[in-house]
Amino acid sequence: MADGAIVFQQVRRALAVAKKDIRIYYAKGPVVIFGILFPVFLFLAFVIGRNLTIDFMMPGLLGMVVFFTATAISPVVAPWETQARTLERLMSCPVSISTIILGDILASFAFGVLISLVTVLAGLGMGATIHQPLVFAAGLILAAFCFSALGLIFSAAPTSMPSTVMMLSAMVKFPVVFVSGVFIPLSDLPAWGRAIAFVSPLTYFTDLARHSLQASGHLPVGIDLAALVAFSILFLVLAMKLHQRTMPRRI
Amino acid sequence: MNDAAIEARNLTKRYDGLVAVDGISFVVNGGEFFGFLGPNGAGKTTTVRMLTGIIQPDGGDALLMGRPAGGIGAKQLSGIVPEMANAYIDLSGWDNLMLMAELYGVSLREARRRAGSWLQALGLPQRKDSLVKGYSKGMKQRLILCMALISDPELLFLDEPTSGLDVQSARLIKDLLRSLNESGKTIFLTTHDMDEADELCDRVAIINQGRLVAIDAPEKLRTATSSLRSVEVSFGGAVPLETLEKLPGVSSAKKLGDKYRLYTASPGDLVTSLVNHCRSCGLNIVSLSTLTPSLEDAFVALTEKGDGNG
Ligand SMILES: Nc1ncnc2c1ncn2[C@@H]1O[C@H](COP(=O)(O)OP(=O)(O)OP(=O)(O)O)[C@@H](O)[C@H]1O
Ligand SMILES: [Mg+2]
Repeated sequence: MADGAIVFQQVRRALAVAKKDIRIYYAKGPVVIFGILFPVFLFLAFVIGRNLTIDFMMPGLLGMVVFFTATAISPVVAPWETQARTLERLMSCPVSISTIILGDILASFAFGVLISLVTVLAGLGMGATIHQPLVFAAGLILAAFCFSALGLIFSAAPTSMPSTVMMLSAMVKFPVVFVSGVFIPLSDLPAWGRAIAFVSPLTYFTDLARHSLQASGHLPVGIDLAALVAFSILFLVLAMKLHQRTMPRRI
Repeated sequence: MNDAAIEARNLTKRYDGLVAVDGISFVVNGGEFFGFLGPNGAGKTTTVRMLTGIIQPDGGDALLMGRPAGGIGAKQLSGIVPEMANAYIDLSGWDNLMLMAELYGVSLREARRRAGSWLQALGLPQRKDSLVKGYSKGMKQRLILCMALISDPELLFLDEPTSGLDVQSARLIKDLLRSLNESGKTIFLTTHDMDEADELCDRVAIINQGRLVAIDAPEKLRTATSSLRSVEVSFGGAVPLETLEKLPGVSSAKKLGDKYRLYTASPGDLVTSLVNHCRSCGLNIVSLSTLTPSLEDAFVALTEKGDGNG
């Protein structure tokens, strides 16, 4: 078979993996709790009692929602399948490990995009406006993909305990939220705060969202998009490499 | 140009210090029903996992129908029933089958047709739409077999497919395997059930401590163990074991319940001397039969040899 045909075939099979993940893991309680309720409550705790405009709140809320929802499913799939002993069956199918990983990323990505869209619609209903819809859409899609791939890095250690992986990923996710300009815009951060912020991929999405919703980003839009692309590629390659090494050890 | 369905060359797998599979080589011919036997921990599952590409060998390699084992091409040709695998319990039996079909690139129409007929053949059609969570062990195992068959594979790997099943379920699976083999599929079957292997397989390989100790037709393995031919006898009264051991031609004797088993190289002569002995001391024989060694006897003899540390 030609290379192109193989790529096409494996992408189709990755979609089948994603479909399976969506049907099974979207219905798991912890996934929903960590993915949806958490960012919402955390955000409410931040905004309640303060006199903030919807335009100011939306970018931060969206940043948190897309970050938490896109990382909700991807980390738990591998340990869950290890525990349920479905992984060996999956690995014996004519799909590469990269295909399985891509499928898991896509399922988590779709969850992130879906819940973020709901949030955006709610924001629009409350009077928010989007200035650059295309840039915003591109940023949202890139960010959901990027965070979903990041989620898979959390599950690279060959454990069969979904709870261990969820704890580990929470330990990384919380600090990331606090350094990414979610609560305080980049421009208002001290220089050292900004230096830390630039390490976090979430910073670039939040900044992009401020461009689109507040018309007041800190970095040029092109830089935000480029950074999200770069982080996506980095996380994708890293997730595939790590799982290629550890997945056979889960059996 | 290559008639071998499976060609393993020096396959080796180590698990921190322990050599689980120690450089085994064998060829399975196209259309053959091949049994893979060995005691617990001998390396059977490890071998199957290397052949099916779930783990990478540390040494050696294998070809499935001429394609490198573990590659997409080889996996596409194989149907697999792993030893301890489950179907997705949160999906229905039908959805598990459709997922497999998608992963093997089977068209939806063909997948539906095959799923319907395999479910029928394995007695699952009424439960196809309920979640696998509610299936019994035997139903799950039959579903997993259906999942392996959905791609109509040329080559089937089954790792203990009937272990823990009741007689009917095991029978159903065995009959199905036999008819699949008759329709031209190559079957690689791992089992602990010697009667099953004897009944189904054209050839069996016996593996012990990661090494192949024999590979031949079950019939030949049995006759090769001819020192294990025996006569089984029961008497109307008590007979001391020592008397029986002293009969001419008896290599050893043991008491099994109310019967005695006497091992000998020539059962015919032994029967004559037994009858003479009983006549001379007025004993009456309740039952008498000669036994050729079973595959199990051959298996025990082969796997005890060279098994120094038990
Ligand atoms: N993932 C693993 N990690 C460490 N050791 C392993 C692993 N898998 C198998 N082994 C070891 O390799 C050896 C062979 O195991 P394997 O599962 O292949 O045996 P088997 O012949 O299938 O046994 P059984 O009849 O019990 O299924 C055993 O000693 C086992 O402990
Ligand atoms: Mg085994």
